[in-house]
Amino acid sequence: MAKKEQNLDNLIESLSPNERKIIPNLNEKTLDNLNEKLAEMDTVAVLRALEFLSNKKIIVLNQKSKKTIELGINGILYIKKGLPERNLINLIVEKSSVTIGEAKKQSKLNDNEFKVALGVLKNKVLINLVNGKIILSGTKEEICKKFLEEQFLESLPKSFEELQPEEKFALKNLKSRKNIIDIQDKKIVEFEVTELGNQLMKTDLSKAGNLIETLTSSLIKSGQWKGKKFRRYDITSQLPKIYGGKKHFVNQATDYAKRIWLEMGFKEMTGNLVQSGFWNFDALFTAQDHPVREMQDTFFIKNKSTNFQDKKIIEEVKKAHEGKIKGSKGWQQDWRAEDSEKVLLRTHTTCLSVQTLREIAENKEFPAKYFALGKCFRNETVDWSHGFEFNQTEGIVVDENANFRQLLGYLKEFFKKMGYEKIRIRPGYFPYTEPSLEIDIFHPIKKKWLEFGGAGMFRPEVTIPIFGRHIPVLAWGPGFDRIIMEFFKITDLREMYKNNLNQLRGMKVWRK
Amino acid sequence: MTILTLNKQQLESKIGKMDESMQNKISMFGTPIEEVTDTEVLVEIFPNRPDLLSFQGFTRALITYFKKPGLQKYKTEKPEKDYRVIIDKSVKKVRPFTACAIVKNLKLNDEKIKEIIDIQEKLHASYGRNRKKLAIGIYPLEQIKLPITFMALPPEEIKFQPLDFPRKINGRQILSQHPAGKEYGDLLKNVEVFPIFQDANKEILSMPPIINSDKTGKINEKTKEIFIECSGFHLGYLKKTLNMIVTAFADMGGKIYQMEVQDSKKYFSPDLEPEKMIFSIENINKTLGLNLSEKEVRKLLEKMGITTEKNNALIPAYRTDILHEIDLTEEVAIAYGYDNFKPEIPEISTIGQEDKTAILKRKISEVLIGLGLLEISTFHLSTKEKQFKKLNVKEFHPQMIEVVDSKTENNILRTSLLSHNISVLSENLDSEYPQKIFELGKVFYSDDNEETQIGEKENLGISICYEKANFTGIKQILDYLMRMFEKEYEIQEIDNPSFIKGRCGEIMIDGKSVGVLGEISPTVLKNNKIKMPVASLEIGISWLV
Repeated sequence: MAKKEQNLDNLIESLSPNERKIIPNLNEKTLDNLNEKLAEMDTVAVLRALEFLSNKKIIVLNQKSKKTIELGINGILYIKKGLPERNLINLIVEKSSVTIGEAKKQSKLNDNEFKVALGVLKNKVLINLVNGKIILSGTKEEICKKFLEEQFLESLPKSFEELQPEEKFALKNLKSRKNIIDIQDKKIVEFEVTELGNQLMKTDLSKAGNLIETLTSSLIKSGQWKGKKFRRYDITSQLPKIYGGKKHFVNQATDYAKRIWLEMGFKEMTGNLVQSGFWNFDALFTAQDHPVREMQDTFFIKNKSTNFQDKKIIEEVKKAHEGKIKGSKGWQQDWRAEDSEKVLLRTHTTCLSVQTLREIAENKEFPAKYFALGKCFRNETVDWSHGFEFNQTEGIVVDENANFRQLLGYLKEFFKKMGYEKIRIRPGYFPYTEPSLEIDIFHPIKKKWLEFGGAGMFRPEVTIPIFGRHIPVLAWGPGFDRIIMEFFKITDLREMYKNNLNQLRGMKVWRK
Repeated sequence: MTILTLNKQQLESKIGKMDESMQNKISMFGTPIEEVTDTEVLVEIFPNRPDLLSFQGFTRALITYFKKPGLQKYKTEKPEKDYRVIIDKSVKKVRPFTACAIVKNLKLNDEKIKEIIDIQEKLHASYGRNRKKLAIGIYPLEQIKLPITFMALPPEEIKFQPLDFPRKINGRQILSQHPAGKEYGDLLKNVEVFPIFQDANKEILSMPPIINSDKTGKINEKTKEIFIECSGFHLGYLKKTLNMIVTAFADMGGKIYQMEVQDSKKYFSPDLEPEKMIFSIENINKTLGLNLSEKEVRKLLEKMGITTEKNNALIPAYRTDILHEIDLTEEVAIAYGYDNFKPEIPEISTIGQEDKTAILKRKISEVLIGLGLLEISTFHLSTKEKQFKKLNVKEFHPQMIEVVDSKTENNILRTSLLSHNISVLSENLDSEYPQKIFELGKVFYSDDNEETQIGEKENLGISICYEKANFTGIKQILDYLMRMFEKEYEIQEIDNPSFIKGRCGEIMIDGKSVGVLGEISPTVLKNNKIKMPVASLEIGISWLV
């Protein structure tokens, strides 16, 4: 018994001033009634206090929404001035027969109102149009009687549920007209008082009035809080959400992937998104008639052309294509400068790798390891697994002793750190690598291997034009977006760059 | 991506049951399985292996790989009387080469004919680059009087009934009336004479690369002997293509006959002698990181259908992908099995280093996130609407950089981040306010001093959008950022059509304009359906270094 009283005391101590104001008025049963009674309080504050009372099991809150029909701006006006059709019929009764033009002029209705009024009266078979004249066809009784619409307007506001069939008909007619009626979804808040609530209503709550509501700096300074109790909070109640600033989720993952490469001793390479056909394709031994070089697959830029500063490398690459370097048959067709001068959006970050090789050849600094993580572009229509912009994670290792097993080593390590223990490495094909490989990841739901990207060792036709001899280069460039889809539970690549702020605010943080 | 569809039952009869392990083995051969249904097996064929684009070519390679290693030999018979193709001078300018053969002893049925057409179409599309590079014609020998002439005539003088067409028309009409003419007509644009194959009776067999004759260019179930030609621009490619087709026919039971081609020099076609390439065991081991014995390497190459003689590899005459010794190395790797390699990370001491701009961007975003701003990430491609029109920018043509034939509405490169800030706000009218966003990224500009005539710079765009968003709010953010990067700056009033007049300034560092800030004009807000005030800034970040 003592415990129960203790509980009641705690409960009383937890009541906020607003709640204390409301409790004696709980007989009101609805929010609307309460608002009327407690006019000095803000509606939002009353509702919030009711929610707290409900959390404390003092009342049972029942919230439902109710459609109500009210007068719109024009509705209010027409109540005063009469509906356009009423004004028009009055005019016609007065004149008994009148031309449309004249009626329009004398009725003082605007174009729209007049058209509607005419239509309504015709539908009600109260008038006929003959040779441009309006002629009455309804009986006097019919005309004098209030229209359904008029009766309906005068009866507003009304709730949707209580409408009679004929009222629904009137509503349908009026709804299509501008601003006559206004249908509102109103929240109805009702509540019942629980046994606990009844008990509280009989209790003197004034002793709770001595509780400290808010700790203020002046209370602290004056020391007046000493010996007093603080009002208890309901520390379990639900709160409005807050949001913080944060990095775009793709960039969070990008930062992590970059760290993996940095920790393995890779330097970051960056470069232009706009490239020449030469660096994007030719320097990577992609035949000039390779389908990827056609308009439909690559974004070429209008009215731009490349002015090459480094002419020597172009000559060397041309030789590789035409089969003029030792040990290679090349593509056995003439190489044209025009295709290499085209300006385009890079289709892969591999163009950065080959440009970096060019720099390494100049400064002779290797072994060297480089990575890049950046946007690439393909002229594609967009679907769940393709976007026209996507990220690629690129890497190269330049070393006289680099070999295929090491390539597998770097890739396995990277994917392991990205959270993929089980990968399949199988033969692949790229014009610029040999041997080439593809990385597959087993999709547990789709029950099939999904392609995650390619890698290989640069062909001599790529390295010889740059270094003058073949130096082994391990190279890879898996797509990055697919790698992180799984973690963020994204099933459609289009979700990645939608910039839906609700999605960005709600997206969990990258936790690696 | 080229997909080969195979009859599952027939494939299983050749190589065994298509269970999961077999599917994996086929993928590990370099022909990934796309799908297996009750009746069909779909595999992807990489562009370097057009020789696998037929049931015959594919099963031949797999049987060699699984069961019967070594070079598959094909015999060619010497030409019989009149087995000749004369290349007339007239055709040298428009379609200089052809490679030809005769195959006899065929037993065709509906299914086989479909298969043959399928091989032809696949080779046209992939290796033939949609007939741009080469075209293949197959004719019933019974309808033809040998020898054959490859020549060119003015299109009006070429008259024959093309395949599946009701009447005779001329070369020009074929391009405008026949479906194949409409599809491939562009390949004969800008030439005065069109190439044709013609037999000894002056009957036209075909007009490559467009269409065969209905009379002499259509094989059926009764056809036992055929004439095959590949015509185009690079003899090497034509010979390979012919070899892929005749070997597939030979696998169907056909007997290959050579023809004498009379060009400036005479030669016999087809030539199925294997190609030779020198290889070194040492190089192969070094590239793969293995320690294979000579015997092992030879055995592995045999699995791939390549035999060896001393330090020479003998490569089948239909393989197109062995350009260099390195390609033999990959053959060894595939035969060894990619899954049998032991991954290794070598100890090379290199020092990691993040790019300077990347560090700067990371730091800027840390500062802004501290202020509660949310990072967005938009596309580099954009639309005129978004970039200019909705921002109330009227004169934009000189700064616009367009891409050719974009498949989406995005057909220009972005020249500002501000525009994308605004469009993101416009797409988030139902998200809770305040909305405070920023983006770090590249914008593009025309610059003839750049190698590609396009310059790129890293910018920062920030926008705040809520009931009380104003100039003070955005300037406070700028001010904080500048203090954190120890930069002195000034604001100079300017007019900008996207901002409210008198509430827009240029950001100046060391007397240079580096960006803009202000309250967005209600015209722009209305264009974007935004119902809250917005204040924004855009600045080049290189100035913060």
